[in-house]
Amino acid sequence: MWKTVLRRVLLMIPQLFILSIIVFALGQAMPGDPFTGLITPQTKPEAIEALREKAGLNNPIPVQYKDWMVRILRDGNFGQSYTYKMPVSTLVGNRVANTLWLSLLTVILIYLIAIPLGINAGRYQDSAFDKGVVIYNFISYAIPSFILGLIFLLVFGYKLHWFPTGGSVDLGFKKGTFDYAMNKLYHMILPAITGAVLGTTGTIQYLRNEVIDAKTQDYVKTARSKGVPTDKVYSHHIFRNSFLPIAAFLGFTITGLLSGSVFIETIFSYPGMGELFISSINSRDYAVMNTLVLLYGFLTLLGSLLSDIIMTIVDPRIRIE
Amino acid sequence: MENEKILEIKDLHTGFRFEDKYFDAVDGVSFSLYKNELLAIVGESGCGKSTIANSIVGLHDKNHTRVSGEIIYDDENVVNYSEEQFNKIRGKDIGFIFQDPLASLNPLHRVGEQIKEALIYHTDLTKEQRHERMLYLLGRVGIVNPERTARQFPHELSGGMRQRVLIAMALSCKPNIVIADEPTTALDVTIQAQILDLLSELQNEIHAGIILITHDLGVVAQMADRVAVMYAGQFVEVAEAKELFRNPLHPYTRSLLHSIPQSDAVGAELNVIQGMVPSLKNLSRDGCRFAPRIPWIPDSEHEKNPILHQISRDHFVRCTCWENFHFENEGGC
Ligand SMILES: Nc1ncnc2c1ncn2[C@@H]1O[C@H](COP(=O)(O)OP(=O)(O)O)[C@@H](O)[C@H]1O
Ligand SMILES: [Mg+2]
Repeated sequence: MWKTVLRRVLLMIPQLFILSIIVFALGQAMPGDPFTGLITPQTKPEAIEALREKAGLNNPIPVQYKDWMVRILRDGNFGQSYTYKMPVSTLVGNRVANTLWLSLLTVILIYLIAIPLGINAGRYQDSAFDKGVVIYNFISYAIPSFILGLIFLLVFGYKLHWFPTGGSVDLGFKKGTFDYAMNKLYHMILPAITGAVLGTTGTIQYLRNEVIDAKTQDYVKTARSKGVPTDKVYSHHIFRNSFLPIAAFLGFTITGLLSGSVFIETIFSYPGMGELFISSINSRDYAVMNTLVLLYGFLTLLGSLLSDIIMTIVDPRIRIE
Repeated sequence: MENEKILEIKDLHTGFRFEDKYFDAVDGVSFSLYKNELLAIVGESGCGKSTIANSIVGLHDKNHTRVSGEIIYDDENVVNYSEEQFNKIRGKDIGFIFQDPLASLNPLHRVGEQIKEALIYHTDLTKEQRHERMLYLLGRVGIVNPERTARQFPHELSGGMRQRVLIAMALSCKPNIVIADEPTTALDVTIQAQILDLLSELQNEIHAGIILITHDLGVVAQMADRVAVMYAGQFVEVAEAKELFRNPLHPYTRSLLHSIPQSDAVGAELNVIQGMVPSLKNLSRDGCRFAPRIPWIPDSEHEKNPILHQISRDHFVRCTCWENFHFENEGGC
């Protein structure tokens, strides 16, 4: 299997290469450049022109692309953020770490909520519990993410002051200390719960249906015909099979969260990738924007590979080729 | 000893709920099963054979099923046993073999684990002993390399191997009743014969009573001691196997016999009665249930409330329509 994984990783190289061309072309097609925003009635056109010349923006497009790729591959240099005045790699690095932690917490919360709700709703189908879960699902499905986020922010942040209303860590904590980590966690809770409530909908629905479906499978009847106690029929036979599609989706769920964090991070002013992405688009910070698109592309490929690997681990019928 | 009765079923009714009404798929079935005996239940698909099998060990979804009558096993009427009570006899005293061996095995568990599962709940064997017994069972059902097969997953085995695994599973606790619901329907013809041979060989070894459910009278001819022919939820003819093949009486039995492939009777095809078993909701429960399929037989030939008549010591037939029965193309007489 690891051979196949290696092959898949190598295959990602041409895919990312094509993506980089598209990203670059799109950047070119967008009107304006980082310096457009600097122009005021007082600026001399020659000054701007000089800046452009210095940044290589007057070179032929293929040359610009080549320079960009060479810098990335040779020096790991993704360029300079014009807005933040710092190397893109440092900027994005911090943001990616924030988003990764937030996504991880969200995934954990999703499964903590969705697994017990989903499997018990399926097991006790049509019971009062099941009906409650279906109603919860319905509501969480109907609420758009930004509304739920705003409500949480308003109630638990501004009104009750239980949770911070923005940022990822308060000033005055030393990096690497336990208090620092706790403070970061504290900032993540509200956005993570928002993401989790929205993320659970699909997972609960899926699990519930899977359990209901698995109950009618022949192998469950076989297990019962062997005299396996009901609880064991559920834990050994029904639940394991019901988890398959969820496990298969784990990779996509994580990438989905990483890219879906755009809204939630913006609402909670959480300094992650999503928030950075939006602001980089607004300020035409191409270096940042291109890097993030490349990163999203890379994460998507990684997510699908991760899903395939998980599948081969949990389902003996599947071998990746 | 020879004729020890191990299961007795009296007036079994099993109904499925559609909205608020129950419709009986098994409608007043009675029979006994003896030690060492192979009782075949034959009939077209949809006539209620599997429903009988599932009722005996309570495998139905209780929310949609109503079972009544008596199922006497070990001097107890188990008909309304709870799931926990059934779990004590399922797999231990009554083994089950199903039709579709692939679907009947859990795709995520190794074959060996699935065989050992019944041993966990029904025996005091240690882990090592269970493993030993599992390997023994696999060998016993004709698997050449038990160690290897035990580690495989169901999808890695052939259809015949899977059915052998299911048989090993059903027999793991030496049950005295084995219910095989169309055990060979999903298999190739050549494999079918091997599996049936294995079944009768194992029966001789553990002296179980077997209920073999099938729609294939060819299988019955080969294996059965006694045969019950079923139509629309009822037995229409019950007889010793030899007697049934020599002297089939009920029109349905006669039609089934003609539908055996390579039957030597000339014009056999013509003497197969067309049609199918009506669905539960459309089934008329008054009069002879087979009457709609033989409309050329006048009403006066049928009984109003057909019962099983004893024709000879071990031969029973429902209704009176068999007495002057002729196939449609045979003309009146
Ligand atoms: N779980 C169920 N719910 C509703 N109807 C059922 C169910 N199982 C079987 N039936 C119906 O009961 C009748 C007998 O079915 P079954 O016992 O499976 O027949 P057989 O095994 O002889 O093919 C059929 O009409 C079938 O549609
Ligand atoms: Mg059946």
